[in-house]
Amino acid sequence: MKFWEKLLSIDRRIIYLVIAITVILPLFVPTGWPINVTYEVKNIYDYVENLGPDGVVLLSADYDASTLAELQPMFDTSLRHCFSRDVKVMVMSLYPQGVGLAEMSLKRIAKEYNKVNGVDYCFLGYRPGASIIIMGMGSNIRIPFPSDYYGTPLKDIPMMKGINNFSDIDLVISFSGTGIVASWLYYAHEPYNQDIAWGVTAVMASDYYPFLQSHQIVGLIGGMKGAAEYETLISKPGLATSGMDAQSWAHIMIIIFIIIGNIGYLAMRKK
Amino acid sequence: MHLSPSIGVWVAVFLTLCVFSFLYKDNPFYKFAEHLVVGVSIGYGMVLWYTQGILPKFVTPFFKEGKYIYIIPAILGTMIAMQLVRKYAWLARFPMAFLLGAGSGIGLPRTMQAGVIKQLEATMVPMGFSHLQYVWNIVIFVGVLSVLIYFFFSKEHKGVFGGIANIGIWYLMIGFGATFGYTVMARLSLFIGRMLFIIQTALGVQVAG
Repeated sequence: MKFWEKLLSIDRRIIYLVIAITVILPLFVPTGWPINVTYEVKNIYDYVENLGPDGVVLLSADYDASTLAELQPMFDTSLRHCFSRDVKVMVMSLYPQGVGLAEMSLKRIAKEYNKVNGVDYCFLGYRPGASIIIMGMGSNIRIPFPSDYYGTPLKDIPMMKGINNFSDIDLVISFSGTGIVASWLYYAHEPYNQDIAWGVTAVMASDYYPFLQSHQIVGLIGGMKGAAEYETLISKPGLATSGMDAQSWAHIMIIIFIIIGNIGYLAMRKK
Repeated sequence: MHLSPSIGVWVAVFLTLCVFSFLYKDNPFYKFAEHLVVGVSIGYGMVLWYTQGILPKFVTPFFKEGKYIYIIPAILGTMIAMQLVRKYAWLARFPMAFLLGAGSGIGLPRTMQAGVIKQLEATMVPMGFSHLQYVWNIVIFVGVLSVLIYFFFSKEHKGVFGGIANIGIWYLMIGFGATFGYTVMARLSLFIGRMLFIIQTALGVQVAG
């Protein structure tokens, strides 16, 4: 019994250390476990895949640095997918910190695909007041966004010609670690029948699956795993794919911890 | 190994380690990073709020384009800010009342439609055993019904009613388990993200993947 007593009162810092080693080791010695693609991510991929050069996708970077690890890889991958299909991309943010993160990615990835600001993509920037902004965009994008992030009026941006409201946008993908994604459902999908998809943190994913089942959203990218699936689909392994082995090993370690903890608990209870 | 020449990257590495030092125990480095992130976030947010909100939505239209109607929301906004002055705090009630009224009026129907009506519709699906999807539809139907019964507190959970409520508890537990699993995954992803940043971006070591 002393063994279990000792084990159950183990210093939590040892557990942290074990988890840290379990995460770091696979980054250097990968096991290369396959990444199975789920239908909720495949749906988004198929949707973008079927869009032609006239297609317009709006990516809303509604996240900040605290969820960067999960949401940035899926934002980057969506952007890469759209650019590789020559789909026109609009990028905006309803979250103050999202605008800086999105701009960084946009500039880097646009360069990879030789895309030009104003011709192939448009960066609308940030506006405060999520619901009001979305509703305004339903009437006319130029109401909440008279100009882009850099101050150029939308009427002077070639890409924005003919794009006036949601009826001119094929798909909206909102990336967020907050309830902002639901605002897109309430104020873009419901009143304007806008097709929407979500890229959310893993914590949120389980809450949002019902909306997938009810076909209110096109697809759902959940956490780093979802991002890795998307990277697999476009054959561009990135940060999410790099982290998948580490994630799997850490999960195995946590399962072992949970089993040991429960055995210890039962043994101690008998005593 | 190719160390990053960017000072910004090393500042980020230092702050990451400051935050992780909390795992050992609370310390001044953690406190410093914590306060810094709050201060920087608010400062950054305020600048954006002005440059992307007030400037294009009030200053430019009002002063440069002569759209004087914009004075109305500007006055309402200023009245909300009056909460900061105790003597005039009562002025904030008017725009707050407007916000609550308009917000509820706009939000409630849409929330009901998307969050309740459409979700109810999604439970009205073909059920049976001839097709795998139909079997899953039974699982959904039983789940919705039993969980709703569990949350019905006006009748004692006894007999058949209690039995169905118990099934609801099982559904809830599975739901909590799934959420917990996803939460573990999310937290680990954040840690992996930081590790990848330190190893790849700062130290310049290419990891596999």
